[in-house]
Amino acid sequence: MRTTTAPGTVITTAITMLEYDFMRNAFAAAGVAAVVSGLVGYFLVLRGQTFAGHALSHIGFAGATGAVLIGLASVWGLVGMTVVAGIGMGILGERISGRDVAIGVVLSLALGFGLLFLHYYTAFATQATALLFGNVLAVDQKMIVTLAGLGVVTLGGLAAIMRPLIFASLQPELAEAKGVPLRFVSIAFLTIVALAVAESAQIVGILLVFALMVGPPATAQALTKGLWGGMLLSAALALAEAWAGIAIAYHTDWPVSFCIAILSALGYFLTRGSFLPRLVKRR
Amino acid sequence: MNVVELDRATITIGGRDILVDTSFAIRRGEFIGVLGPNGAGKTTLMRAILGLLPPSAGTLRVFGRVPLRGDPNIGYLPQVRTVVSDLRVRGFDFVASSVHGDRWGLPLLTRADRAMIAKTLDAVGAGDLATRPLSEMSGGERQRLLLAQTLLGEPQLLLLDEPLISLDYRYQEAVIDLVRSFARERNITVLFSAHELNQLIGTLDRVLYLGNGRAALGTVDEVATAPVLSQLYGTDIQVVHADGHIFVLSRGRDVERADHAHDDGPGHGHHHGHHHA
Repeated sequence: MRTTTAPGTVITTAITMLEYDFMRNAFAAAGVAAVVSGLVGYFLVLRGQTFAGHALSHIGFAGATGAVLIGLASVWGLVGMTVVAGIGMGILGERISGRDVAIGVVLSLALGFGLLFLHYYTAFATQATALLFGNVLAVDQKMIVTLAGLGVVTLGGLAAIMRPLIFASLQPELAEAKGVPLRFVSIAFLTIVALAVAESAQIVGILLVFALMVGPPATAQALTKGLWGGMLLSAALALAEAWAGIAIAYHTDWPVSFCIAILSALGYFLTRGSFLPRLVKRR
Repeated sequence: MNVVELDRATITIGGRDILVDTSFAIRRGEFIGVLGPNGAGKTTLMRAILGLLPPSAGTLRVFGRVPLRGDPNIGYLPQVRTVVSDLRVRGFDFVASSVHGDRWGLPLLTRADRAMIAKTLDAVGAGDLATRPLSEMSGGERQRLLLAQTLLGEPQLLLLDEPLISLDYRYQEAVIDLVRSFARERNITVLFSAHELNQLIGTLDRVLYLGNGRAALGTVDEVATAPVLSQLYGTDIQVVHADGHIFVLSRGRDVERADHAHDDGPGHGHHHGHHHA
């Protein structure tokens, strides 16, 4: 048991924590995924498409387990499946929005297939838990490079479409009239979301993707009213929650994803309550 | 010079003819009230002028050429305005999203862009809305912001699709005054669609009535007559003049008011109380 009594002890344990390779890897991987999730998630919340993020992560589960079954790395199955699903949702566009029942059925079908693929894979339990709830402490150097590469592609894509994306999100009717290709922007954005979901799922797992992709952006939007400020705060919050979550997990032995989820929920409810927003408004 | 010109144009949407073999011309600097029953094609006509819907026959010219999608000379206020009510984005960022909004890349604004936005917001008395989040604005304030947005970049033509809808009477008058003075000062052409003629009578130069695949453009006295409107509405219309107001009636019912009430739901009926004064 580590007992932290004085500030000096806290710093010492923080340093010991970073002496471990697996901890440094965890911080690096979580850092990359958190910044990507915070930035992409900001637009997901702005557009009111959080359910799409949820759907993509579930569909990704089938991709991940399917990939493992045929001997590929799960991350590529996850990326492949979420990107295909993201493009599909973008193409269908308006027609699937509001069709909760249809989406719900497709989601459980995807999870069902994921389970089937796992069933034929021998290392069933470990793999399932890692995919569903994340296993950031097992991340290796190769995965960090993969995450960083995916992150660069994701943020590059987001930067490329950001101006029309904001216009189309805030004022779709006017954006269309001004020549913004709404359908293309929507497809491109959901593809970017798919990549961010794949990143986020590596850290917190498929079921807790919201902890990094929705919690921090929603909190940031409650605290800011400028777009740039909101985006940056969202990324900063995601990063802070991911890193603090790992540190808390190290000290308590609780699962990392649980700690991140708790911090994400805490941030959200603190700013949604009647107390804090009023305080911030007065300032 | 004609800003908008239809020459034997037919405009069709979803297999339905909105305008058939129609010709008319709108001159520079005119304030045109666009009226007609629901579904007569007021929005469709504006979308055609925006270059979103080419005529299926005949020609439509805007500024003397085929309409250009995304033409910066046109300021447009869409009728359907999806504004997420709990959006905590400040007025300035909301309006700024439309500046070069069709270009790729990061949403960076030059100093000139920022100055232009601030100047336009001030010109319509919306300067104070720049720093406030949309979620805290009233319907009237949002409308002022949207109007300011249509005026960005000094457009030569304004297409305002039902800008008075779901606004308080007070704000309705303010919106009309604002558009009139802004447009007159700069010789801007305005197409202003509305459900009711009376509010616009003192402001408009000519009225464009749409209905039944036809259009009638002229002064109020020329167009707001029983024979013309009966044809456009496809039913027996009476036009009653009373105290400077004009009432368009079908079998004793005010058709314009009936339309409006239908759109807004019964809760908004009180907007029209002033007509009884």
